[in-house]
Amino acid sequence: MMGFQVVVLWSDILIWLLVAAGVGVGVLIAKTPPLLAAWRRVGANRVGMASATVLLAFILIGLLDSLHYRAQLESKPGQKAVYAIEVLSVLDALAAPLRSRNEKTYSAPFATRLYAKETIDLPGQGTVRDYPRLKHGGKHLGEREDEVAEDAAFTAFKAGVLAFIGWLGVFAAVATVNRKKSPKLKLREAAFAWDAVLLTLLLILVFAVPLFWLSGYYHVFGTDKVGQDVLYQILKSVRTGLIIGLVTTLVMLPMAVLLGIVAGYFRGWVDDLIQYIYTVLNSIPGVLLIAAAVLMMQVVIDTNPQWFSTAAERADLRLLALCFILGITSWTGLCRLLRGETLKLRELEYIQAAQAFGVSSWRIIVRHILPNLMHIVIIALVMDFSGLVLAEAVLSYVGIGVDPTMTSFGTMINNARMELGREPVVWWSLVAAFSAMFILVLAANLFADAVRDAFDPRAA
Amino acid sequence: MLKVDNLRLGFTAGKKTLAAVDGISFSIDKGETFALLGESGCGKSATAQGIMRLLPAAGRILEGRVALEGEPLLSLSEADMRAYRGGRMAMIFQEPATSLNPVLTVGRQIGEVLERHLNLRGNAATERMVDLLRQVGIADPERRLTEYPFQLSGGMKQRVMIAIALAGEPELLIADEPTTALDVTVQAQILDLLAKIQVDRGMGMLLITHDLGVVARMAHRIGVMYAGELVEVASREEFFTQPRHPYTQALFEALPEISRRGLKLTTIPGQVPSLAAMPSGCRFADRCAHVMAVCREVSPPWREVANGHTVRCHWQGEAAEESATRHAVTELDIDPGKAFLQVGDLKVHFPIRKGFLQRTVGHVRAVDGVSLAISAGRTLALVGESGCGKTTVGKALLQLIQPTAGSVKLGGSELVGLKGRRLRDARRHMQMIFQDPFASLNPRLRVGEIIAEGMGALGVETDSTARAAAVAALLQQVGLASEAIDRYPHEFSGGQRQRIAIARALAVQPELLICDEPTSALDVSVQAQILNLLKKLQAELGVAYLFITHNFAVVEYLAHDVAVMYLGRIVEQGRAEEILRLPRHPYTQALLSAVPAPHLDGHAEVIRLPGETPSPANPPSGCHFHPRCPQAMDVCRLNYPTVTGVSGTHTVSCHLVG
Repeated sequence: MMGFQVVVLWSDILIWLLVAAGVGVGVLIAKTPPLLAAWRRVGANRVGMASATVLLAFILIGLLDSLHYRAQLESKPGQKAVYAIEVLSVLDALAAPLRSRNEKTYSAPFATRLYAKETIDLPGQGTVRDYPRLKHGGKHLGEREDEVAEDAAFTAFKAGVLAFIGWLGVFAAVATVNRKKSPKLKLREAAFAWDAVLLTLLLILVFAVPLFWLSGYYHVFGTDKVGQDVLYQILKSVRTGLIIGLVTTLVMLPMAVLLGIVAGYFRGWVDDLIQYIYTVLNSIPGVLLIAAAVLMMQVVIDTNPQWFSTAAERADLRLLALCFILGITSWTGLCRLLRGETLKLRELEYIQAAQAFGVSSWRIIVRHILPNLMHIVIIALVMDFSGLVLAEAVLSYVGIGVDPTMTSFGTMINNARMELGREPVVWWSLVAAFSAMFILVLAANLFADAVRDAFDPRAA
Repeated sequence: MLKVDNLRLGFTAGKKTLAAVDGISFSIDKGETFALLGESGCGKSATAQGIMRLLPAAGRILEGRVALEGEPLLSLSEADMRAYRGGRMAMIFQEPATSLNPVLTVGRQIGEVLERHLNLRGNAATERMVDLLRQVGIADPERRLTEYPFQLSGGMKQRVMIAIALAGEPELLIADEPTTALDVTVQAQILDLLAKIQVDRGMGMLLITHDLGVVARMAHRIGVMYAGELVEVASREEFFTQPRHPYTQALFEALPEISRRGLKLTTIPGQVPSLAAMPSGCRFADRCAHVMAVCREVSPPWREVANGHTVRCHWQGEAAEESATRHAVTELDIDPGKAFLQVGDLKVHFPIRKGFLQRTVGHVRAVDGVSLAISAGRTLALVGESGCGKTTVGKALLQLIQPTAGSVKLGGSELVGLKGRRLRDARRHMQMIFQDPFASLNPRLRVGEIIAEGMGALGVETDSTARAAAVAALLQQVGLASEAIDRYPHEFSGGQRQRIAIARALAVQPELLICDEPTSALDVSVQAQILNLLKKLQAELGVAYLFITHNFAVVEYLAHDVAVMYLGRIVEQGRAEEILRLPRHPYTQALLSAVPAPHLDGHAEVIRLPGETPSPANPPSGCHFHPRCPQAMDVCRLNYPTVTGVSGTHTVSCHLVG
């Protein structure tokens, strides 16, 4: 057993704080019947729950990727322990084969040979120009290179059957628990959309288990320019996307909520000032502002190398800086929305009744206005998430996104873009990144729809 | 002409369909007005929408027949139906402000109908439009055609809406609460107009309303609806002299009016059953005073009690003995004593700002010199039409709006200009009950928290157990069960919410309650409950009420003193008996005469006021009322009249007096 040193990155702290906050909010919701009723409606929404299951799978990957450590290097007994310079995460450890089995350069999905011809020395036959065999992909086949399809299909089938059996176990467990709670109710008619969750889970399992099983023998999504497995890159991108989506909201939310409510409630010069600020911010092209801020941040990072003990820490800081900058530039929309709603609320009679009792302004804001704005905040949060994941992709594509050493959907697409121009075209990197991002964003959007429907006061 | 036969309408909720209208049948002849009368949620509007086939998305026509001149409407295709809508039958809606498209001119909106149904375009259409606008009594119709709805007042918008309805020359006009959103003087104009047009054209009219006064003025025959069923159909004379169904009788008895001053109003216990839990027998059984065993089992069949007067009731007795169940709850002669609230020359002006630098270019004189005095245990009614500034007076008294000038003295100490802690102390003495019980309670707080809020903010009761006990006592006082503490406002009906609002205001033991139209959003039977409660509380606690209202029936029933407001000023003030019996100001006289009375003989002489209330930003010179006054003289155009005393308690601002 090798020792290791726990590494806590700033983004890790934030992400686990968010998890804690999420649990806290959950407890709070459970104690507030109207909110609980609204979330119950989310729970009854089949599409919403299916997308929530997909989101949870993504979040699980992201959380596994947020526990970092440095492995101990082999050293003689008695010597001071030395740790590797590379910061790894639990996900890296679980996906060690994916991470370590690098090829030389591009190879197509399920290929057994590289995508580029090379001059190979064959002993006794001189040199040949041919596609060399991959070091890892399809190695177990040996000479039977033409049996890839049969082998892959058979392995996939085996894994699929196993996944199905595993799912049956989950299904039985859920059904038993449900039966105990309400013996007569069928699963289909339960208040919580168990059927949708189980169906999605089945799809995920039947798709993911064979995929990972096969990834032990093949590069299922191919490899990139430096021979790294694309599936591994996608797994790593999930955390980047989640951090961009969540931490940015964390930066933007307090600003938007506080300024929006204050502007709407107090009116007068406060309102004017806040309106001027966000109008000015809005009139500057967002990408330029972000580009300028990111470049300045990069200079600061580059001139202070002593701040970071590993490259991962440096990349992490740049990611957080990006979140911060995105947050600074994206609070205006929600702020405007909340200001408008507060303008409406402050004229309502229960606010006036509170004023007639001499309740202080801040107490009115906290007790009467904020709770009645929560539905807008929640809807905006979930909807912004997908927008931010996409924004990261665009920014990285332009080259002002995350650190080049950090894998993200944006950097993957950016790298793949160069190869679209060659013949034969390298398509798998782009397709895989797009599909993963599409699934993540689609799930987030569908979930946002379900949340919005549930919090719609007309439906209540 | 129109024949509705066993019409059933339902709304889908999830997989179930709930019948909102359950098998109603009626017919309307040419030139006849049939009134559908009922409280909110009884299915009146759904019936109208069903006839026009304009039900909302969740609505379904379950069964039945609707025939116009013998032609069945329900089997028509949607395309064929469009020729009927706006053509052979037209509809007027409740809210003139939202039934016209704000981005189209009046001419475009009338022209649309002419083009679709009469194929009129160009000059011919314009001529027809001018003609229509003239018919509905709009002056200068050529100019109005090119104007947008925002340039018109509420009454004019409703006139335009009527003109649009008439444009297709319909045989049947459906009027869904056509005057509910309008002031009484404007309501009188619109009702007259509808009656005249109907006689001129010989149209059939389906009038949907909850107002017995409007029914008495307009209807030839009346159908009373309850919980999706018709329960009584009668001619106007029969209906007002001999109502037979217990529900109809209860509706009449719940009306506040002058003859019931000092008496407790009869209320209908309980609530309309929900659509999901309709009783199988008579739907009114649970609330009926004459309920019998058979009522709960068998839905009563139609029974003819007189020619053309049918009723669905098992009970065959006579009308209930009036006043047998009533008893006096309040003394009318409360000693005026010394006034504890003195309002002197109160002014609230809102600046009109314009331009880039937001310079003040004028003022809206919402309240322009109001003087009032209220003494303990009495009710002062502040009466006036919408926009006259009566609500602003209430808010300015509470210092929710900073008065521009004047004084509000509470027990000798001045409130205007108070700040911080001293103002908070003063707030204990006055509280407000708002108009809309759905907007006046925070939906995210429990009832207990809502009621305790004032106690906490004003430090009335700091100990939490004592506060909980006080909340429970208050709930009992306003007639709510104590388990309401832990429930949320949305679980309560409108009347119950208003009770919660009253409990909240009473929590800090105020001496004055400002009631801003507390019953105008409620049905008649619920209104009676709230009025009874207010009277009971006044008798028990000796609170004074400033009752802001436009409803004269409530004033007659409840008020000790009355002040009539017009355009930010009080034009007449005095004891209720004096004002109601012998009004001296022409405006008060017109207001009183315009109130539609729920009697057969209630319309002897109605004084018609031309036009509508002018804008308080730009009031007329001299007496504000002179442009509408039937007795205006030269002096009225020049000077605002001074306050003249008619008796020791009765004052008027009019040149005609003194």
